[in-house]
Amino acid sequence: MKTYSELEYLRLSKWQKFWYKFARFFCVVIPNGIKNGVFAIGRFFKKLGLGIAHECKDIVTTFIYGDWKTKVSYLVMGFGCIARGQILRGILFFLFEGIFIAYMILYGGYWLGMLPSLGKLGPAEEYDEVLDTFVVKYHDNSFRILLYGVLTIFFIIAFIYTWRVNIKQNKIAEGIIKSGKKLKSGKDDLRSLVDDNFHKTLLALPLTGIIVFTVLPIIFMILVAFTNYDGTHNGYTNNLFHWVGMDNFNTILSWDVGTGGSVQSYAATFGEILLWTLIWAFFATFTNYFLGMFVAMMINKKGIRFKKGFRTILVLTIAIPQFISLLYVSKMFSLNGIVNGILKDLGWIKDAIDFWGSTANNGLLARVMVIVLNIWIGIPYLMLIATGILMNIPQDLYESSKIDGAGAWKQYTKITLPYMLFITGPYLLTSFTSNMNNFNVIYLLTGGAPTNAAASAASGSVGYTDLLITWLFKITTGAESQYNLASVIGILVFIAVAVISLVVYGVLPSVKNEEDFQ
Amino acid sequence: MNKAVTKEEKAMRRHMGLRATRAISNTVIHILLIVISIVWLIPFIFITLQSFRIENAMPVGYVIPHQWGIDNYINLFKSDFPKWYLNTFIVAVVTALIQTIIVLCMSYTLSRFRFKMRKPLMRFMLILGMFPGMLTMIILYRVLADIGLTQANAVPGLILVYVASSGMGYYVSKGFFDTIPKSLDEAARVDGASRAQVLTRIILPLSKPIVIYTILTAFMAPWGDFVFARYVSFGTSSGMNVAVGMYNWLNNDMITTRYTMFCAGGVIVAIPVAILFMCLQKYYVEGVTGGAVKG
Repeated sequence: MKTYSELEYLRLSKWQKFWYKFARFFCVVIPNGIKNGVFAIGRFFKKLGLGIAHECKDIVTTFIYGDWKTKVSYLVMGFGCIARGQILRGILFFLFEGIFIAYMILYGGYWLGMLPSLGKLGPAEEYDEVLDTFVVKYHDNSFRILLYGVLTIFFIIAFIYTWRVNIKQNKIAEGIIKSGKKLKSGKDDLRSLVDDNFHKTLLALPLTGIIVFTVLPIIFMILVAFTNYDGTHNGYTNNLFHWVGMDNFNTILSWDVGTGGSVQSYAATFGEILLWTLIWAFFATFTNYFLGMFVAMMINKKGIRFKKGFRTILVLTIAIPQFISLLYVSKMFSLNGIVNGILKDLGWIKDAIDFWGSTANNGLLARVMVIVLNIWIGIPYLMLIATGILMNIPQDLYESSKIDGAGAWKQYTKITLPYMLFITGPYLLTSFTSNMNNFNVIYLLTGGAPTNAAASAASGSVGYTDLLITWLFKITTGAESQYNLASVIGILVFIAVAVISLVVYGVLPSVKNEEDFQ
Repeated sequence: MNKAVTKEEKAMRRHMGLRATRAISNTVIHILLIVISIVWLIPFIFITLQSFRIENAMPVGYVIPHQWGIDNYINLFKSDFPKWYLNTFIVAVVTALIQTIIVLCMSYTLSRFRFKMRKPLMRFMLILGMFPGMLTMIILYRVLADIGLTQANAVPGLILVYVASSGMGYYVSKGFFDTIPKSLDEAARVDGASRAQVLTRIILPLSKPIVIYTILTAFMAPWGDFVFARYVSFGTSSGMNVAVGMYNWLNNDMITTRYTMFCAGGVIVAIPVAILFMCLQKYYVEGVTGGAVKG
């Protein structure tokens, strides 16, 4: 695409400028964003590879040039430390090695050995001597094999890392002794935990929690996407589950409509829900953003009274737990709810409006309703945020623009809006992605209703207001419990969110030119 | 002279015109804001009114009860509701305490220390945050079931899960710590304070607003959590929190008898939380605006 110089750009008419920017965004900015992302991933792996190669080289050279204490430490971790008088470190290293070896012999070997097959022996009827009859006996548990297998791999990585640290310690200690200085004692080590190495102390607990309760489950669920783990293969009581390669991805992304009498393919259903998810995220983010800003500007306007009162009333929606307010509002709009009752009493309608059940125009009414009700939920947050930012806009900008003859609208488009967008750019991005995963609002308001008959025939119950995230939830809780497909959807959601974030983050002005407004 | 008068008059008129338009626009805005306030308050007024309705328990098409009474509240306390309330309260208090400590550790470290893994760690957590949390619930549920922390024992299980991953939500308080000048730390270090002493003696006393903000948000979250709590309690009433228990009341088979009780329960849950929130509103607003500005 042709790139204009700055002068040429300024000479274009308003429409040309707009089209120029528009075309540029799709032809240059987005490909660049993707390109940069791919390069960043490439660089990461290159760095990782070089780092590992360097470490390996260092391990070998340390062994060749090290003294006998160091050499023994390659087998007996912590030996060098103890021999050189760093008892505390040495004992810790040694204990860790002991625990690791014991774990691997007692349990780890079994889990690791089973990991490639995810269990060999499923539940079977066997003869029981005590009861003198055939009873079902359970054997391998695929779920546990996968979980503890992953855990064992984590443990092995941790062991390799510790082993490497142990060797490095020896090398450093040798160096210190050669230069004639004193080694750190156990007391020094303990003291450094509240001083120089205080960050390690502080991070120990939070990071352990994140690794065990976030990283491990995520890796597990990614792996599940490559198995046939579902209600009929639950891994223990009915059938074991096994690795199936890319089958689940093929299922979700296939346009095949024939099998099982389904009328709509998974790919079409997925595409439909993804489209609605994006539409929802767009409207949910921007209606809230602009209306919230508008309300904030009204409240902050000079000469408005009860500023605090208005603000407090709005903030009440944040203070009250969402499950109360959303569930109640959802029932207000139900067939026999208050809204229909009042409208009937007023004589405006004869028959109750089916806000949540009407499937006309792909459930348009319900879709509009969730967006409108989401405004009710979202405006207070935006009002608070916008108030804080609006107060920071230098007032002299407004005064000087007034002298130059700018009206209220011009002031808004030329000062307020650019300033707001500049400051809240990253916030807009995160709120867009979190709206894509906004489970609460959709699930509590509609539960996904109205039912999308065509899509439901393909996969459980799908509604017109279902987002990918609520669909994922439904898939895992239904009778079929298709955890494997849910994992695939989860991975695809992750990819969508990551790509959007990567591209938008690259073009955000507040990231590119941080100094503009400062 | 004549001319001068007209000029003055014109200016005067324009001035009056401006004032008039401003007065009109302010009136319009006042009216708009009042309408908005009413719209925002309506659900809360309705729910309160309906909680006092005793002639029947179904959802109905009118607002003002025909017969008033507190039967719904009495029934509420005869049901499992007090148990759910207690469960939620325990979870909320314990989570608020531990989560605050974890978040502060995390955010303070990432704000103040410059270590080799800092940037990669932050980037890693950013990527982790992009995975839909819904996915991990299935496995967390199975793990909790394995160690016996589900159903009747759901409370410790819920606390464990809420607290464990809370380190990921460090952004707002890191933004706050970033605004405390580093020269304070350095001065204390020169005077011989250790890193730990810098945190406890210098930084923490300055961090009251962010500590309160973190406690408040951590305390509020369990009251609204619905999905995971439902997984963990799994149909066992004694392990439910208010959200799960009361959600069941609005099922199709229960709504005709429990709807007004839901309203009463909603009022009972909302009042203390809302009062607490309103009292600490200032800190919440600071946290929210600060968080958005820093991204």
